[in-house]
Amino acid sequence: MEPGEIHALLGENGAGKSTLMNVLYGLYHPDEGEILVDGRPLKLKGPSDAIAAGIGMVHQHFMLVPVFTVTENIMLGAEQVRGGIAGFLDRRRARREVTEVSERYNLRVDPDAIIEDLPVGIQQRVEIVKALTRDVDLLILDEPTAVLTPQETEELLTVMRALKAAGKSIVFITHKLGEVKAIADRITVIRRGRTVGTASPEASRDELAALMVGRSVRLTVEKQPANPGRPVLEVAGLVVDDDRQVRAVDGVDLTVHAGEVLGIAGVQGNGQTELIEAIMGLRPLLAGTVTLDGQQVDGWSTKKVLRAGVGYVPEDRSVDGVVKEFSVAENLVLDLYDRPPFGRGLALRLDEITKSARERIAQFDVRTSSAEAPVGTLSGGNQQKVIVARELSRPLKLFIAAQPTRGVDVGSIEFIHSRVIHERDIGTAVLVVSSELDEVLALADRIAVMYRGRIIGIVGPDTSREAIGLLMAGITPGTATEDGTATDGGTTAEVPGSEDEA
Amino acid sequence: MSNAVPPSGSPDKEPATETPAARTALGTTGSAEPATTPGSPEPPRRPSLGQAFLENLWAANTFTVTLLSLFLAMVVGAVLMIVSDPEVVATYSYFTARPGDALQASWALVSDAYANMFRGAVFDPGAVGFQAAMSPISETLTYTAPLVFTGLSVALAFRGGLFNIGAQGQATMGVILAALAGFLLPLPPGLHLAVAVLAGALGGAIWGFIPGILKARTGAHEVINTIMLNYIAMYFLTWLIVQNGVQDPNRTDAISRPVDASAQLPRLFGDTLRAHSGIILAVLATWAVAWLLNRSTLGFELRAVGANPDAARTAGISVTRTYVLIMVFAGVLAGLGGSTMVLGSTATALTPLIVAQIGFDGILVALLGRVKPWGVALAALLFGALQAGGNRMQSYAGISLELGTVLQALIVIFIAAPALVKAIFQLRAARAARLQTSLAKGW
Repeated sequence: MEPGEIHALLGENGAGKSTLMNVLYGLYHPDEGEILVDGRPLKLKGPSDAIAAGIGMVHQHFMLVPVFTVTENIMLGAEQVRGGIAGFLDRRRARREVTEVSERYNLRVDPDAIIEDLPVGIQQRVEIVKALTRDVDLLILDEPTAVLTPQETEELLTVMRALKAAGKSIVFITHKLGEVKAIADRITVIRRGRTVGTASPEASRDELAALMVGRSVRLTVEKQPANPGRPVLEVAGLVVDDDRQVRAVDGVDLTVHAGEVLGIAGVQGNGQTELIEAIMGLRPLLAGTVTLDGQQVDGWSTKKVLRAGVGYVPEDRSVDGVVKEFSVAENLVLDLYDRPPFGRGLALRLDEITKSARERIAQFDVRTSSAEAPVGTLSGGNQQKVIVARELSRPLKLFIAAQPTRGVDVGSIEFIHSRVIHERDIGTAVLVVSSELDEVLALADRIAVMYRGRIIGIVGPDTSREAIGLLMAGITPGTATEDGTATDGGTTAEVPGSEDEA
Repeated sequence: MSNAVPPSGSPDKEPATETPAARTALGTTGSAEPATTPGSPEPPRRPSLGQAFLENLWAANTFTVTLLSLFLAMVVGAVLMIVSDPEVVATYSYFTARPGDALQASWALVSDAYANMFRGAVFDPGAVGFQAAMSPISETLTYTAPLVFTGLSVALAFRGGLFNIGAQGQATMGVILAALAGFLLPLPPGLHLAVAVLAGALGGAIWGFIPGILKARTGAHEVINTIMLNYIAMYFLTWLIVQNGVQDPNRTDAISRPVDASAQLPRLFGDTLRAHSGIILAVLATWAVAWLLNRSTLGFELRAVGANPDAARTAGISVTRTYVLIMVFAGVLAGLGGSTMVLGSTATALTPLIVAQIGFDGILVALLGRVKPWGVALAALLFGALQAGGNRMQSYAGISLELGTVLQALIVIFIAAPALVKAIFQLRAARAARLQTSLAKGW
């Protein structure tokens, strides 16, 4: 690492990027080898040694206390104390320090805001400020963009450039190729715990992807034109509230035909989540109907909807998708455990569950030490494959995939996409919701754009990225100035964040 | 950041420095005490237990930590015994002049106490004849049976993500219905017993259903509701005992009519020994709960809801229905535990304190058994042994009965803090982190 350099670390999930960085940050101890800082070998006993050596880290999952203010979180672990032995916290000095650092690097944060009230992007900024107040020279960002919206990603990239200009070095861990190309000075690719190559940002996406996965990867999904059949899912006049009783879906009409992929594009938080949950019977409908294959299914329990032939990949894998303490085998039958052959009467047939799990693991290329390993020990991409394997292992009429490849590495994305298209080709109606525009463009045969709880337009897959971007911002072709609020989403269309993944 | 190095413990070393004799004394009795576990015929061990035992013996695993916690508790218990005995304390006043006196007195006291505890709980070498030889085991099993049930009740709810503080109240309702069925219904032998036991289960089920349905329908927290229901059950019992038709007509104090002989659980080793078939029911219940949790679709739902209710709901499992079922099952188990109190040999009639502390002890038993069915059974056995041994320790060695309770408390404290035990014994770090999380969950 050179001073003032942004060094990107690329690799699939489970390649060892995070482990390497945790060693650097002193959380893990190396079995062999050494770390050199300014030419001197460094022995790290813990994160405090790493901070003393000028290494700071922003974890993928933030280490912040939600009910504390920004200042309190930043001073945590390095509390300023005055009043001698009585040890009063010197909040004022800490606050001044926060303000100073955030101004120096142009990282706007309100020192008095409560963390849990802040959006994810700002929380991340707080983490960065926290590291900077410790006077670090080397900042490690572990998959910083995985949780960010496209706008937030763009802001982060700006911050990184500012930090670089101030002479800080940054290690940027990611598997999103677009970001790497946009910002990195040097790229190191890691695969299965080894450095497999370094590249310059001029390398093409395909080259980088091939290095990461170890073989050439198709970044576009190959598919035949769709043969839409009868309508399978019909949604009419759907109205749904979100958890805070705020209208989230406001009169949506949708039809998905057998053998086609309908993609729902839109900036996160425009009602996509609530729409899907309402279809699945997870959220009460205030008005409207949901019809599956001619049968009205609204008001049904989730179990009944699943049994009627709907496969569902939930948006938040770790919360709704898997039970982390459960084994891979158990997670593979999470919604089938009481159906033959897995359950007979009250009894579970563990042999059948294990047998089927072995088949699924092989079929869906789930990388796990065994079928009995807890799912929580798998990488994100492999957890996602477990969910996809579970949902696709029974005959379906409708397959709903929400953010099917969020936080998933390139190799798994390719695999999951090909399974989605395969499902379409055998005549299943497929509904894909994604905030990655490229994913929607790659998979969908028709694209519905959602904005503020409504379907603002349905377009074909050949529509230009810019046109869809405008729709995502709430601007329909006829009415360019619909209302004043269109501007905040207006940047969405061009952000590089949405160009990755696919 | 969370996996910081465990604190390099500065555990209080008073036991070792202050009473070296006590420590050596414990060395012998301490190693004899674990014989409790294999010594009794009761809970059949799972085949995998033996293998797991050998594999992990020297790592900081559950078993080793439990055993060492036991040992540490006995060390601290020894210190308490010495400190609380004025005669022994007096010998320490001239410790520098004649240390032998102090050490000898301490040794005599502590070794006598623990030896009596062992004789009261496991086996008395001086016993003559079958009856006398079986007596300690019989006592231990008598105390064990209800604790198995209440421990299972708490453990089952825990696995489903609920904290059942209400085993006490559920057991109380179980005692009430079992006793009422026992002396009000004129039924033939056999049938009468079955009806009385089931009535106890029903009482517990009702008392479990209430917090369950409240949790499912209104989100009311089960901890608060079960605690409140404990009070209601307790005072309902107190009120009920003195009602006409319930109170013993020949007595003026608060005691009910005795349960008919046809509704009493048969004794296992003859009439002079108290062990009754409640312990067999307890083993069956343990097996049933183990099967339910690990081998049934219901147990799958229960564990899924306990581990991640959101994912369970998304996968079509009805979380609310599962909550109700969990609490009903937990109530059934605690209610059965209550039945064994009044249908067994502990008592034959209702009194205000008949339930003792079995519900609250059940929480400790469940945590000590790491909320696994067979672990709970073994933990209940340990608690039963401590109670039986404590009784003998009191009458023969003059140590107060409360010390047995203090020992139980100390054991649980040490087990709840595996990091402390690990630091004291410098154990290899194995999976102790999981021990902590398993206990922390549910809150």
